[in-house]
Amino acid sequence: MDWINIALPKGRLGEKAYAMLKNSGYECPAIEDPGRKLIFENPEKKVRYFWVKPSDVAIYVERGAADLGIVGKDILLEYEPEVYELLDLKMGRCRMAVAGKKDFREPVGQTLKVATKFPNITRNYYAGKCRDIDIIHLNGSIELAPILGLSHVIVDIVETGTTLRENNLTVYEEIVPISARLISNVASYQFKDAEINAIRASLQKQVEEK
Amino acid sequence: MTTDQIWRSEEQAVFALRGLYQRYGYAPYKMSQFEEYDLYVRNKDFLISDKIITFSGEGGKLMALKPDVTLSIVKNAPEEPGVVQKVYYSENVYRDYREIMQAGLECVGDLTQYDIAEAVLLAVKSLDLLGGRYVLDISHMGLLAAVLERCGFDEGKQKQAMACLRQKNTHDLKELCGDNADAWETLQALSGCRGGAEELEALSPHLTGEAEQAAVAELKALLEMLKERGYAESVRMDFSVSNDLGYYSGVVFRGYLEGIPASILSGGQYDKLPRKMGRKSRAIGFAVYADLLQERSREDNSFDVDTLILHDGTVSLSEVNRAAKAASKNGSVLVATTAPKGRSWKNLVTLKGGAQ
Repeated sequence: MDWINIALPKGRLGEKAYAMLKNSGYECPAIEDPGRKLIFENPEKKVRYFWVKPSDVAIYVERGAADLGIVGKDILLEYEPEVYELLDLKMGRCRMAVAGKKDFREPVGQTLKVATKFPNITRNYYAGKCRDIDIIHLNGSIELAPILGLSHVIVDIVETGTTLRENNLTVYEEIVPISARLISNVASYQFKDAEINAIRASLQKQVEEK
Repeated sequence: MTTDQIWRSEEQAVFALRGLYQRYGYAPYKMSQFEEYDLYVRNKDFLISDKIITFSGEGGKLMALKPDVTLSIVKNAPEEPGVVQKVYYSENVYRDYREIMQAGLECVGDLTQYDIAEAVLLAVKSLDLLGGRYVLDISHMGLLAAVLERCGFDEGKQKQAMACLRQKNTHDLKELCGDNADAWETLQALSGCRGGAEELEALSPHLTGEAEQAAVAELKALLEMLKERGYAESVRMDFSVSNDLGYYSGVVFRGYLEGIPASILSGGQYDKLPRKMGRKSRAIGFAVYADLLQERSREDNSFDVDTLILHDGTVSLSEVNRAAKAASKNGSVLVATTAPKGRSWKNLVTLKGGAQ
């Protein structure tokens, strides 16, 4: 049996995903001890975990540093990595949406200014509508952009909508629903398919039982 | 020092691959470093990357550093009945502002089923020659196109379905099929297919269309041939392998070597490319991305040289020569008067005023 390397996204989503993997029999007690270690191994189960920034999971998997990873669909749509998307874990659910000020009226005949952390998703979405846009790439506090007049609308992840409501913003269009996915490196899948499919099947069972 | 130690792993691999292709009657093909940019623009979907390095040529013509070899070969391929051109190449290509070492072959002309099967056989043999565990995944674009057509998908949905198949993404595929139960049943079976002839046999009842059955028969004959050659264990039917439907028409394949995180070999039958160029030929070929072999390079690079001989300049030539000759029996030797910065050595020999 080969070792399986799994990249987990730091944060609540990663912790939930680890709990599911633990339930599947791929526990790693070392990961539950708080400390500064970066890599956690269980030699008995031949599984190795590491926490990475959520937006980096797909890179670790695509480049083969990890065989498997847990990543949001938003990251997959934005970076379009060459990986297998094996399972929808149906957790970390939210939606990618277009939002703007409550009194917003689309400027007809003008270029639409869109602030976002997701330029690729935004470009693809508006290209499908043949709408001329100006993308303003921001790295955080996207909601500020329409309030300060930096952009007409924003394209961002909306979970509960509380931040939007508190800032007098509202969702105008839903682009795509988002949830966490199990991804695999394409080459790892060729040589470790038995182990990878066993993990997938066990996680799928847990998703269906929820 | 042996040639194995001097040549990098990818150079050794390319040398061995050239020998293999030559043994099957493939002739070497040497192309110029650049082509007219127009050739690539007209066929940009055929290229892996659209980041092409361009410059102005004679008379202001826009030229490109070649990002691909296939287009140049097909452009000049023969069209007479019964004539097939079989060529191999080992060339550097330029994509994404990088120089990439690539070897491969192209078989263009009035192809028979044997020519197609032989090209796939050479793809497996290429992987075998590169050493270690390997897998060749095989799919068929004609089959996928026929299935998507039968599912009644429009162009947009066909693209989405292809993306789902490519990613082994059955959850989004199911959603895409909606209440089209026939489509879901067939696409689910295709997506789940992974194995040899028996898997293809199990899949066969789901593939009811005439074109689908013809593709299955072609694949069965191909697998049988590979089995007879002793490669059944390393070949798998896997419909996540796909290429552009606008160019590829028949069998497509992708090869993997253990220890390399991406596919090292990629190819297929692309009859639609010569057709777009107004030619009647059929074509199949593949490329081996030799650069990727660096990923599994196990070479011991802890030392730059085996022996460093340091002398203070007063030592006689004959004495330094004796020491260098003796040390050369144990590998590489560097003679210097001061230790070179940034380099490392396994053994150090110091010569001073004629005494070691």
